[in-house]
Amino acid sequence: MSMSFISYLINGLSLGSVYAIIALGYTMVYGIAKMLNFAHGDVIMIGAYTALIAISQTGLSPVIGVLIAVVVCTVLGVVIEGVAYRPLRNASSSLAVLITAIGVSYLLQNIALLIFGPNAQTFPSVIKWDGVSLAGGKLNISGETIVTIGACILIMIVLMTFVQKSKQGQAMRAVSEDRGAAQLMGINVNGTIALTFAIGSALAAIAGVLLCSAYPTLTPYTGAMPGIKAFVAAVFGGIGSIPGAFIGGLLLGVIEILGRAYISSQMADAIVFAVLIVVLLVKPTGLLGKKIQEKV
Amino acid sequence: MAALLDVKNLGISFGGLRAVNGFDISIEQGELYGLIGPNGAGKTTVFNLLTGVYKPDTGKIILDGKDITGRKTIDISKAGIARTFQNIRLFKQLSVLDNVKVGLHNHHKYSAIEGVLRLPRYFKVEKEMNERAMELLKVFELEKHAETLASNLPYGEQRKLEIARALATDPKLLLLDEPAAGMNPNETGSLMEMIQFVREKFHMTILLIEHDMKLVSGICEKLTVLNFGEVLAQGKTAEVLNDPQVITAYLGE
Repeated sequence: MSMSFISYLINGLSLGSVYAIIALGYTMVYGIAKMLNFAHGDVIMIGAYTALIAISQTGLSPVIGVLIAVVVCTVLGVVIEGVAYRPLRNASSSLAVLITAIGVSYLLQNIALLIFGPNAQTFPSVIKWDGVSLAGGKLNISGETIVTIGACILIMIVLMTFVQKSKQGQAMRAVSEDRGAAQLMGINVNGTIALTFAIGSALAAIAGVLLCSAYPTLTPYTGAMPGIKAFVAAVFGGIGSIPGAFIGGLLLGVIEILGRAYISSQMADAIVFAVLIVVLLVKPTGLLGKKIQEKV
Repeated sequence: MAALLDVKNLGISFGGLRAVNGFDISIEQGELYGLIGPNGAGKTTVFNLLTGVYKPDTGKIILDGKDITGRKTIDISKAGIARTFQNIRLFKQLSVLDNVKVGLHNHHKYSAIEGVLRLPRYFKVEKEMNERAMELLKVFELEKHAETLASNLPYGEQRKLEIARALATDPKLLLLDEPAAGMNPNETGSLMEMIQFVREKFHMTILLIEHDMKLVSGICEKLTVLNFGEVLAQGKTAEVLNDPQVITAYLGE
């Protein structure tokens, strides 16, 4: 294996980690609230702008900047859910909430356009570490790459344990399976769904900062494409499944980077979506998706 | 002493259909009360009204002196009514233990932050919840299945688990919707014993819907018979079962 292949692979895992963190937000919201939150990608962008302002303009330390972005996005996620999605929860058509989510996505992009303007801004990396150099300087791994992959693994472990082992996680799984029965057992369904949005949006803020640290241009449309790709990753891994989002995200990142390196840089996105189509043709529920058998 | 559950003139329509009309019931603390009637008489609708799944058009529901008419399901659950379902609605992808712990949700608290970071209170409260849930499972002899997925339990055990989960919410009134549905005579027999046992052990007031006449006459002290959404007869079990109207409507001539 050549050094350049290993280097591409690691970059792919790093980009994939960002996709995985975003995909967690999609997959949890879908699993528990049974809706596709297409505004999720734009929350990433808001998180990145918040961190940018906190760090570059007010001169706060990167750690504080990231924390502020997390808090802002968490609040934003809960507000979006409460104002835009909750009133439609019992709407007769699930299309209503889907269309609203698309509307919220454009709303966030246009608010950002009004405040920050259309010009790309340079995002200063929050990671002040040059990374490591291996194989006598032939293989350099940047600090951003290592931190991104590490953050993704840590988030996965914490989230999996939280969902499996905490009472809030139990409530989430109960609501996911039978909202009516959960409510009759005294579970606060609205609260549980709000918590899911809070967690997803907090992760979106982290993903936004990591993404912009590795690819340092920020525009109001920065969140759109990674958002769509993370959605693809979630479907790829099996939407509703947390490990599925992780595996789907990593695979998608690796496919994209290797496709860009070895096949065609213009075709990279097309390859990503082609892979999705093939996977769904072979396994419609995604890699780890559960097959639901209807009893007859 | 005032009744634990006092329902007056309860009614609901679905479109042009009057599903339940002028329904009255009064259940004393500690009573085991049966609600019977032919298919489609509105029995489960009454349960759905009592638990807030449907909002009544008319009438009042007083639980332990508190008006709970038209309240949300979660508030009614907190006020002290728990139920099981005619078609079992366990959380199938959760373990047996976790199903009971969902029922305990409102009695043991820690914040989501404490849950994510696993602060000391997380471990303390989780330990309490596990102990309490295991106690309940032991009562129903389900403790050996604690880690099994609910969907893998045999049918009869699933019925028991639903009752255990309902009891975990610490209700004042337990509603059982056809607990013996799909059971053979042997299983029905042991179910009857178990319902008696739950009643004594937890000093529970129970309202149950049932088709199985043997079960009803064996354990219920009082009965209400519903027919076409209206109360046909009400009172002591023996008297109700001998009422000619009931025999005609329910048991056939």
